[in-house]
Amino acid sequence: MSILLYIAVMAGVTYLVRMIPFTLFRKQIKSRYIRSVLYYLPYAVLSAMTIPAIFYSTGNLTTAAVGTAVAVILAYFNKPLIVVALAAAASAFIAGLIV
Amino acid sequence: MRKDFLKGVSDGLPIGLGYFSVAFGFGIMAVGANISAFFAWLISASNMTSAGQAAGVEVIAAGGTLIEMALTQLVINLRYSLMAFSLTQKLDKSFTTPKRLLVSCCITDEVYAMAVSRKGKISPSYMAGLFFLPFVGWTGGTLAGAFASQLLPEALSDVMGILLYGMFIAIFIPVAKKSRPVLIAVLVAAAISILFRYVLTFVGTGFAIILSAVIASALCGALFPVKEDEEQ
Repeated sequence: MSILLYIAVMAGVTYLVRMIPFTLFRKQIKSRYIRSVLYYLPYAVLSAMTIPAIFYSTGNLTTAAVGTAVAVILAYFNKPLIVVALAAAASAFIAGLIV
Repeated sequence: MRKDFLKGVSDGLPIGLGYFSVAFGFGIMAVGANISAFFAWLISASNMTSAGQAAGVEVIAAGGTLIEMALTQLVINLRYSLMAFSLTQKLDKSFTTPKRLLVSCCITDEVYAMAVSRKGKISPSYMAGLFFLPFVGWTGGTLAGAFASQLLPEALSDVMGILLYGMFIAIFIPVAKKSRPVLIAVLVAAAISILFRYVLTFVGTGFAIILSAVIASALCGALFPVKEDEEQ
């Protein structure tokens, strides 16, 4: 099958899941409960995406655990996004040289 | 709204840098699945999603059907619907339908997290600025990875996979440190996600993420309703 067809389907579905709610929903939500749920949602999504997937992200449990620990510590001290991400990769790489 | 655009660009810089490195990994992966550098770039430019693209490449490599491709993308990327919906609550009055149609393709995990955690309403110019460097980083990183894949030692390309998650951690840990309810939401979501991974394994990855996040947020929304000023 042509790869262009695959890419068209991929891109089309991915666009629609973003576009439909973003374009059609116009109202301000009044419910305090729904507003509260939406407040917690992004952090819960990121957490669910990260754990436990991060431990399988380098193909080696030990190096991934080292990278995760470094990322958590640096994030706790409010280091910038890119510093936390690169330090996680660098520490996982160094751990890979040792183990 | 030049000022808004420039503010967006500067907020997008760390995301763009992170995306470059993460997309580098995607470029390597795509070439490994016999996809040319041009098509790898086209996938990145037209999708702007890490997990969805990785799964898409797997479907292409396995010669899967178009239905399978559509379903995979729908399930893995359905979280963007939640984010898009949540973001509609932050849009200022100048967001007309054509602008919404354009800006909707900018909603990625990090761009969303950055936009939603900003004080006050957001404008189309800010969103365009915020998306600019992540787009350049994501597409440029894909090309660089595709071309460099032959040159990079395996030990280095392996650890690239952790970059994306490192960015996620950098977004939610500082907030969880300051707010106990957010900390609880994060821990509950992680616990449910672990449950899906090891016990309820029949649930696919995309659904598992959505369910974990929705259950944790619904619980914390009931236990710890936020005050108006906290939301801003």
